[in-house]
Amino acid sequence: MKRHILFTLLAVLALSAPAQNRKALRINEVMVQNDSSIVDDYGRRAGWVELFNANFGPLEISSVYLTDDPANPKKYPVPLGDVNTKIPKRQHVVFFNDGEPNRGTFHTNFVLIPGKENWIGIYDADGMTLIDEVTVPADLPANTSYARNADGYGEWEVRTGGEKYITPSSANVIKDTNNKIEQFAEMDGHGFGMAAMAMCIVFTALLVLCVCFMIINKIGGKISRVNKAKAHADNENSLTSRDVDHDSGEEIAAIVMALHEHLNAHDTESTVLTINKVKRAYSPWNSKIYGLRELPHR
Amino acid sequence: MDMTFSEFIHVNLQQFWELTGFANAELGNFVMLAVGLFFIWLAIKKNFEPMLLVPIGFGILIGNIPFNASAGLEIGIYEEGSVLNILYNGVSAGWYPPLIFLGIGAMTDFSALIANPKLMLIGAAAQFGIFGAYMVALAIGFAPDQAGAIAIIGGADGPTAIFLSSKLAPNLMGAIAVSAYSYMALVPVIQPPLMKLFTTKKERLIKMRPARAVSQNEKIIFPIVGLLLTCFVVPSGLPLLGMLFFGNLLRECGVTTRLAKTASNALTDIVTILLGMTVGASTQASHFLTPQTIFIFFLGFMAFIIASSSGVLFVKLFNLVLPKDKKINPLIGNAGVSAVPMSARISNNLGLQYDPSNYLLMHAMGPNVAGVIGSAVAAGVLLGFLA
Repeated sequence: MKRHILFTLLAVLALSAPAQNRKALRINEVMVQNDSSIVDDYGRRAGWVELFNANFGPLEISSVYLTDDPANPKKYPVPLGDVNTKIPKRQHVVFFNDGEPNRGTFHTNFVLIPGKENWIGIYDADGMTLIDEVTVPADLPANTSYARNADGYGEWEVRTGGEKYITPSSANVIKDTNNKIEQFAEMDGHGFGMAAMAMCIVFTALLVLCVCFMIINKIGGKISRVNKAKAHADNENSLTSRDVDHDSGEEIAAIVMALHEHLNAHDTESTVLTINKVKRAYSPWNSKIYGLRELPHR
Repeated sequence: MDMTFSEFIHVNLQQFWELTGFANAELGNFVMLAVGLFFIWLAIKKNFEPMLLVPIGFGILIGNIPFNASAGLEIGIYEEGSVLNILYNGVSAGWYPPLIFLGIGAMTDFSALIANPKLMLIGAAAQFGIFGAYMVALAIGFAPDQAGAIAIIGGADGPTAIFLSSKLAPNLMGAIAVSAYSYMALVPVIQPPLMKLFTTKKERLIKMRPARAVSQNEKIIFPIVGLLLTCFVVPSGLPLLGMLFFGNLLRECGVTTRLAKTASNALTDIVTILLGMTVGASTQASHFLTPQTIFIFFLGFMAFIIASSSGVLFVKLFNLVLPKDKKINPLIGNAGVSAVPMSARISNNLGLQYDPSNYLLMHAMGPNVAGVIGSAVAAGVLLGFLA
């Protein structure tokens, strides 16, 4: 029974893992009318949708569905068997919405229509679980994109290509420096801030642990005192008919040793010494006579 | 082919000569080979951390055999696909250190700490060495991420230093790792003078009350509560703390003795061999012999001094608020630096010098193992702030 429960749990975990990963697939940037942006492998331009893998591991997206119609969630299934459908960690892929799926994996069977609101959704392989969606506003000008201001999770904004880059197949935020380090270098050039903050955190972590174990110590102490008192009371009750003062220390020691011998009781120490007889099968390699040096003949 | 047989032999021998170490040797190689031999000598003759210095020392020899890098023989540790490079992945990707922590957890008895939880604070105080060195590194001109990676040497914890430097400053990792392990080996030389300097004779004679016996249940609760509390505060320390407490639970739960034995013996030995050897081999003269390395060794030394001193001074400060019968011997303050069990042994030896009946080993093990937790937490903090 236990084994069945274990296997069922493992199976549920195994099945739920890929679904959890796919939840990190995000619609990251969309261009509805493309007259001057990127071209596909055929040298043609079409509206495009950029998907982003927000996982810190690769993500296989074959068999998920892209659609522009909430009533038809299985409109464009991402084909199986294309190595390029495995998106590396924190990377992007672009689908051209040219209505020409015969041109390859990254060409959808629907077209984005300029001048009207375009809803785009990604559904998981079951065709029912919505992974991500976006509604592109109708007034999005040609050659501008509708993009998140941070890869995967940012707010949506219109990007015209000036200061706000249009970035098909690359990160929406282009980082040339590590902001955190820049900030520390600028604001905390001497390191006092870091030292103070970090020491507070280290002390807090160990102080919390210390307090917690002081409490555990106290609770443990109380329990052992209660048990001791209870045992003492039981002992007194059982000895009421006898004069305890007549028991010598030797007698008590003898009784304890006899009990110990009888119960073969060990403490839960790891250093219990056990002597077992070791039997070794005979082999000429471990025979003593071959280990002895022969005395020289006179 | 207009080449005589003798010319053919000559050309081939010349090509072979160009591949040999003699033709490619530079002064840097000989310097590093001398360093490697010195480490091996220290380990074998002086018995300074031989389990670490022999693999590192020999690794330095392996990494500094000169060869023709342009020949494309795929033998160098920095050449992708070479055997050494594959073994080095555990260091560069940072997965050897958590495995070592698993072993440390499986071989560490936290009883001293559980019996006297206030000793954890000494382990926390000693981490000031890390952040003191961080400030000095910034003053010298290192960037904050590099300063953080170098400063972790003050934690006196090789695996933690490798783990953090692989994330924050991979280019400095070889120097940081060698520096951390060198100073760990030199703990018996560095710490005693500081301990004597900051303590009075009266303080050195303080006798601490023997620790109470710790129940099995408490030992089992410790890694679980320890993991939950420390990692909720510093999730970035999870790879190290998670493995440390997991190893300890394997040891203490009583039903996974076989796993605990493997983690603390075979697994730790295998990873130590690979880690030590590849860290040593990563010190190729061309990458290692730079002015930065000298600064890193200097900063590592500073970090050790600050860490050991702050541990001892914190105990003195702590004693001001403790009742008379619960005073702590400041000679165990140095053990907060987590060089397990070397620094605890030093506390014990020094204590015995002044009072032959004052055994401090078990008391010093408390801050010593708290130092392991503290340095992993400090590494998590630095990673969280600077990565």
